[in-house]
Amino acid sequence: MYRNRQFCAVVAGVSMGGVEALRILLGGLPVNFRLPLLIVHHISADSGSDLAKLLGARCAIHVKEADEGEAITPGTAYLAPPNYHLLVEKDGTLALSVDMPVNFARPSVDVLFESAADAFGAGLIGVILTGAGFDGSNGLRKIKDNGGLAVVQDPSDAEADSMPRSALAAVEADHVLPLKDICGLLCSLESSCLSRSTPNETKGNTNDRTR
Amino acid sequence: MKRQDVEDIEIKLLLEGIFQVHGYDFREYAEASIRRRLTQWLQCSGFGSFSEAQAHVLRDHELFNCLLDGITVNVSEMFRDPLFFKAMREDVVPHLKTYPFIKIWVAGCAAGEEAYSLAILLCEEGLEGHYRIYATDINEKTLKQAADGIYPIEKIQQFTQSYQKAGGKRDFADYYTARYDSAILAQKLKNNIVFASHNLTVDAGIGEMHMVLCRNLLIYFKAALKERVLALFDGSLANGGFLCLGVKETLSGRGIAGRYMEMAQGMRIYRKQYV
Repeated sequence: MYRNRQFCAVVAGVSMGGVEALRILLGGLPVNFRLPLLIVHHISADSGSDLAKLLGARCAIHVKEADEGEAITPGTAYLAPPNYHLLVEKDGTLALSVDMPVNFARPSVDVLFESAADAFGAGLIGVILTGAGFDGSNGLRKIKDNGGLAVVQDPSDAEADSMPRSALAAVEADHVLPLKDICGLLCSLESSCLSRSTPNETKGNTNDRTR
Repeated sequence: MKRQDVEDIEIKLLLEGIFQVHGYDFREYAEASIRRRLTQWLQCSGFGSFSEAQAHVLRDHELFNCLLDGITVNVSEMFRDPLFFKAMREDVVPHLKTYPFIKIWVAGCAAGEEAYSLAILLCEEGLEGHYRIYATDINEKTLKQAADGIYPIEKIQQFTQSYQKAGGKRDFADYYTARYDSAILAQKLKNNIVFASHNLTVDAGIGEMHMVLCRNLLIYFKAALKERVLALFDGSLANGGFLCLGVKETLSGRGIAGRYMEMAQGMRIYRKQYV
């Protein structure tokens, strides 16, 4: 589909209906899926850190809560911790912040997407799933501006459709799909990528878009 | 060269200039967050680029203060992470009670929320008048707000909930007076707190403390600056003293880790060992 194009990471944003959506999305990825996934799920500040464990138990890939300063590992899904923004540094490590909420949210999808777009450039796949509100729209636009790929859950398939609708109004999405088909898309996008590379190594090789 | 790569160079140059002219060192701050904040500040500033802004920021102290305000974290919450304060009450306070007088350093105190939370906790544990909290920050404007102890009334509901979850023993309303759209904290909480300017990137430590709280600040620093600041805290702590970090921060892998033992599991309360 995107011959010679190397993706190095997936970022995903999800709000209302998120637990079920993440269960389906992450649960549908095979154990040998190599791309790292960075995920912001809107949760209340005092919710515990159990979601990663809950999802991890039902997924073939490794799911964990993001730790500050850790290096991004292929085949792992990282969830933003409650009450922290999750960001990506250009050296491929994760960062956390307690800066003000953005779009009434901390963690905020925009904060993750915008920093990941800086770090991964055209090697990034941005995914907006079910959710209320509009968080993630600006971030998805920046991903597109930097040459990355925009994927949005079909609003008619989403438990809450305003976040996908807002994203579709902000960017021309490359793919609009029901949730169950997004797993398959990610797998086909992953197959040609060099997921062990750091963002800086892959950045120069990703301009050959063949869509 | 891409526009974004040019901007990265401009940010590096600006931070170098700020350090040399104003003495504030943001060069060792983790890049993603500082870039985000600087970019937001630039958008509001009216300058077209960081290069354009730099000429003014380096010459105009007022403008620099405004930038400083934009790129430092100026707001926190009272009893953020209630379980941390609960652990402090249950596991740390009994040790603190053995000292005749307790000295505490709250580093990076923002608008004072954490320092006042601590004051409430200590008073409820019968330590009123037996402690002094040194609350420091690099932002003078924020320190002024902290000393005033005035918060927007809409925050009180959240503070109250967290206070209760943290094991608060009284009615949170006992600690503030509501006036118009503000809540003013009680004078007795302010009596034993000293708010002072301090820059962790360049200044020396404050000795000899029984406890140092620095929560959710190290996450903004690169590894070398983390090590510097932790060494500063280590040098400021008496043996048997307590170092409290944010719940997503850890001593593991850091130079001073060997001298510390984690107390409450997962709450990032470390105790300096007696040698």
